[in-house]
Amino acid sequence: MLVQEFLEQSAGKWADKTALITERQRFSYRQIEQQSNSLAHAFIAAGVARGDRVAIVLPNSLESVLAIFATLKAGAVFVVLHPTIKSDKLEYVLNNCRASAIVTGAAKLASEQRWLDKTPYLRSVFMVGGERHHADPVRASGKNPLSLDERPTDSDSLSPPPKQCIDIDLAGLIYTSGSTGRPKGVMMTHLNIVSAAASITTYLENRADDVVINVLPLSFDYGLYQLLMMFKVGGSLVLLNSFAYPHPVLQRISDESVTGFPIVPTISATLLQMNLSHYSFPNLRYITNTAAALPAEHIRRLRAAFPHVKIYSMYGLTECKRVSFLPPDQIDVRPGSVGRGMPNQEVFIVDTEGKLVPPGVVGELVVRGSNVMKGYWEMPEDTDRCLRPGPLPGEKVLYSGDFFYSDSEGYLYFVGRRDDIIKTRGEKVSPREIEDVLYSLDPVAEAAVIGVPDPILGQAIKAVIVPKQGTFLTTQAVLRRCSEKLEDFMIPKFIEFRASLPKTDSGKISRRAIEENCKIKD
Amino acid sequence: MEPGDIEAEIRDFVIANFLFGKAGELTDQESLLENGVIDSTGVLELVGFLQERFGIHVEDDEIVPANLDSIYNLADYISRKAGVHA
Repeated sequence: MLVQEFLEQSAGKWADKTALITERQRFSYRQIEQQSNSLAHAFIAAGVARGDRVAIVLPNSLESVLAIFATLKAGAVFVVLHPTIKSDKLEYVLNNCRASAIVTGAAKLASEQRWLDKTPYLRSVFMVGGERHHADPVRASGKNPLSLDERPTDSDSLSPPPKQCIDIDLAGLIYTSGSTGRPKGVMMTHLNIVSAAASITTYLENRADDVVINVLPLSFDYGLYQLLMMFKVGGSLVLLNSFAYPHPVLQRISDESVTGFPIVPTISATLLQMNLSHYSFPNLRYITNTAAALPAEHIRRLRAAFPHVKIYSMYGLTECKRVSFLPPDQIDVRPGSVGRGMPNQEVFIVDTEGKLVPPGVVGELVVRGSNVMKGYWEMPEDTDRCLRPGPLPGEKVLYSGDFFYSDSEGYLYFVGRRDDIIKTRGEKVSPREIEDVLYSLDPVAEAAVIGVPDPILGQAIKAVIVPKQGTFLTTQAVLRRCSEKLEDFMIPKFIEFRASLPKTDSGKISRRAIEENCKIKD
Repeated sequence: MEPGDIEAEIRDFVIANFLFGKAGELTDQESLLENGVIDSTGVLELVGFLQERFGIHVEDDEIVPANLDSIYNLADYISRKAGVHA
């Protein structure tokens, strides 16, 4: 089974059913199927070959959905990136995976162009919107500009191109922040995705009459899978760009009789600041939460506001998509747990020697199943650190880098991470990546980035900076540099200037000591 | 307050807090969200500023693009809310 068959099979069964609802438009399965086929043919005609990586840098939209499925149908590998990605990081990712094509908006091209001249493997730039002159910088850099609007409409192009892949071929690369400061491409095969999607739709009891609303970026696996899972079961996806304006989102939940609402704690924090008695969602069947823990107080208040809605507390990591879910009937019994392993997967908690630990003892979570990634793209050492031999010959299991304990019934409780990754707004952020940007400012002598608790964001990013002697640096200048290089969720919320930073015995800056220090001050 | 003053103050706040001083070509009509001037948590920050600076209470259902998503929309919304007449 290949991932694009989710769409193809649903289009075969329910051609005229609404598949996708965007801000202003609705599309049937037939329309999505035909339009992604025609775009796939355009990709192939432009030279996209089996296994090629196709980068997609777009806001959540019809075009991003078509680009994902067209890439799969062309036998290629999608690499969906956050639409606010800046030039330097885009250049890094495009070169890292040697993407041969990119699909992006004319507005993005107009504001960020430096990467065009620095990406030798990239041949085709598919543009959404814009006018003829937007293609000029593309041509000037020796690449081939194409318009998404000019895809073929002849009847042959409305049918899918011949299938080239098998299920153990790559379907997508999902770039995730690592503690080394450079993002890593998590390799997902068709089999990985099909397996994870089957497991999740099973425990969520997804069916064709589901209507899921997604406000999370498609560059985030949690958001991406809402699209994949709805198409798999033949449901409808309401695709919006963010929870920036909560009221219109809640109105859509009502208007479209949404049955499923995936959230992260930042969304519940925002929701709980509103007067929820003004809203009624009789069709809402479930709310899911992952990426960061939903505080018990939030769970309690959400349950009180929407007593008929099932709340699924879940845990996962990009490297295997999802690990566990708490059955809704357990949410009042053990709100602090993220549940037990999902179907068709095994989880273990082990000590530093890889031996199983008994209930109540903290150890590292290890995951075994067909949903476990094939590795990090072209990073064998990092891959070997977390994918280690499993029980069967040739098998690999995933060491999560997260610490858990289980209770006597096998329910999992998250304790913490091994590394310094910050979770803000549900997004994984590498302190090192931000520190590297801070060091690019000449007056910065030393810098450290930590997470500090925040009621809305979960963790907020704080940058502590020691300026060089005799230099002058403003908060604004720091934030300006960050906004030029980093995605919006990575921009520090707090900046503090100090005369010195605490060090470890080996002379390295100690983020732990800075964190402790901040806790004492507050 | 004159409507022009409201617009100027809002513009200054947006430039200082979201563009970090880089005014660039921020026009009055452009969508702040779509153009990446503010991000998904920026709207609530903006609401906080409006409530504090102009002494108004912004209702949940007033937090919509028509009232907040451009300098022009913001100035218009504040003028109506604060009862300012042109």
